[in-house]
Amino acid sequence: MLHIYCPHCDEHREEEEFRPKGEAHIARPTEPEKTSDEDWGNYLFFRKNPRGLHHEQWFHAAGCRKFFNVTRDTVTYEILETYKVGQQPAVTAESRKRQASDQGAAK
Amino acid sequence: MQHYSGFGLVKHGLSHHENWQRMWRNPAPKSEYDIIVVGGGGHGLATAYYLAKVHGITNIAVIEKGWLGGGNTARNTTIVRSNYLWDEAAWLYEHAMKLWEGLSQDLNYNVMFSQRGVMNLGHTLQDMRDIHRRVNANRLNGIDGEVLDVSQIQAIVPHMDCSANRRYPVLGASWQPRAGVARHDAVAWGFARGADSLGVDLLQQTEVTGFRISGGKVLGVETNRGFIGGKTIGVVTAGNSGVLAKMAGFKLPVESHPLQALVSEPLKPILDTVVMSNHVHGYVSQSDKGDLVIGAGIDGYTGYGQRGSYPTIEHTLQAIIELFPIFSRVRMNRQWGGIVDTTADACPIISATPVGGLFFNCGWGTGGFKATPGSGHVFAATLAAGKAHPLAAPFTIDRFVSGKLIDEHGAAGVAH
Repeated sequence: MLHIYCPHCDEHREEEEFRPKGEAHIARPTEPEKTSDEDWGNYLFFRKNPRGLHHEQWFHAAGCRKFFNVTRDTVTYEILETYKVGQQPAVTAESRKRQASDQGAAK
Repeated sequence: MQHYSGFGLVKHGLSHHENWQRMWRNPAPKSEYDIIVVGGGGHGLATAYYLAKVHGITNIAVIEKGWLGGGNTARNTTIVRSNYLWDEAAWLYEHAMKLWEGLSQDLNYNVMFSQRGVMNLGHTLQDMRDIHRRVNANRLNGIDGEVLDVSQIQAIVPHMDCSANRRYPVLGASWQPRAGVARHDAVAWGFARGADSLGVDLLQQTEVTGFRISGGKVLGVETNRGFIGGKTIGVVTAGNSGVLAKMAGFKLPVESHPLQALVSEPLKPILDTVVMSNHVHGYVSQSDKGDLVIGAGIDGYTGYGQRGSYPTIEHTLQAIIELFPIFSRVRMNRQWGGIVDTTADACPIISATPVGGLFFNCGWGTGGFKATPGSGHVFAATLAAGKAHPLAAPFTIDRFVSGKLIDEHGAAGVAH
């Protein structure tokens, strides 16, 4: 069972209150009528589906009923941060790499 | 290859079964193969087997990072059926069903294919309308199917609670008598043994770390055992397909999710068919060993961890108890998760890719096991000819751009 911190409710709640809603930070094409089939297909169906860090949307379905974003490791399922829609993640693949190399340098 | 027979069993009994031949070799990789299949699960091994047997191409390697049949082949609920709604899907799964029916003889390996029938229950008026529609579509495609009423269901499964005062009363069911179950490990082992005897190299503990691509064409794979050349490569890696696509430089319209299943302690025979319910969302059968084999839907989040969350198990068992209150005291023995690669239309991808010579067979999602021989058969033809087998042709990656989806999501008998 995942314990998920809802940034709107300011509390940790159990996974069952939430619904995962897939990859975050996918922008809808601003001019759908001018978007090519390829770009539209990419927008609808093609996903990063990473093995490792994943920025994804969750919905607090049985709580505040608001969406927010989660950075989660898709192998360990560890949740590294949650943040509101519109914000950018603090934990990214690059930031983790930097952290690892800093630690290596400190040693 | 040592031929298996009843006589052989008696003969080896005389020497305490200590002199059986190994089922396959453990060869060192060659530097170059005509065709490389990445992924040594059921689908990959079937692909290699049919390439060698049907197309006479034997300079093949199957590259597997773990051991043969150790992924979803070992983790599914072994259900085999072909009662899909849409023509394209129905033809593909029925193609597999016909191969299942002769598979043990073909492989000289008992895959324990048992055509005990699969029942898909309806609990609402709309369920029943969908069931009538699907059964009619199946029959028009030459696939066996019947609509059962409650008394017919009770005659087949007397222990299921079909009383009218349930929260989700059983109103009827679709019934495919030719459907059933097969022994999942035996399928992988049978195909592996068959492929090996035809000269295919099965390379276990060999992990692909990258593709060597030049001028838009694939030249081979980088592995933890060095470079292995091959100008035609078929990738059949289920949940890890997205990872391999990324290595080759493109994205796939798939998401990887955990799909959990569990088995109970062994019981005396109580259920001699397969019961599936889309509406309360669970499915159950009883293995030859006696344990109830239970499954349901995916965990909603993407994941590669080969495990899921406990609430999903709870929901699964709620569904089974809703149908079979008699199972409420049965203790569960083991529980596990496999990583399934789901697509938006719940249909697979058997397709060329933006990289020349590189083909993917993935996206089977929650229902790949039933297609194992058919998937291998059409993918072998695709790799041998360099273009899609007619049955595989509708299942291109391009359909996610053209919009020509084959929407089996609600139609597939059980929700995904």
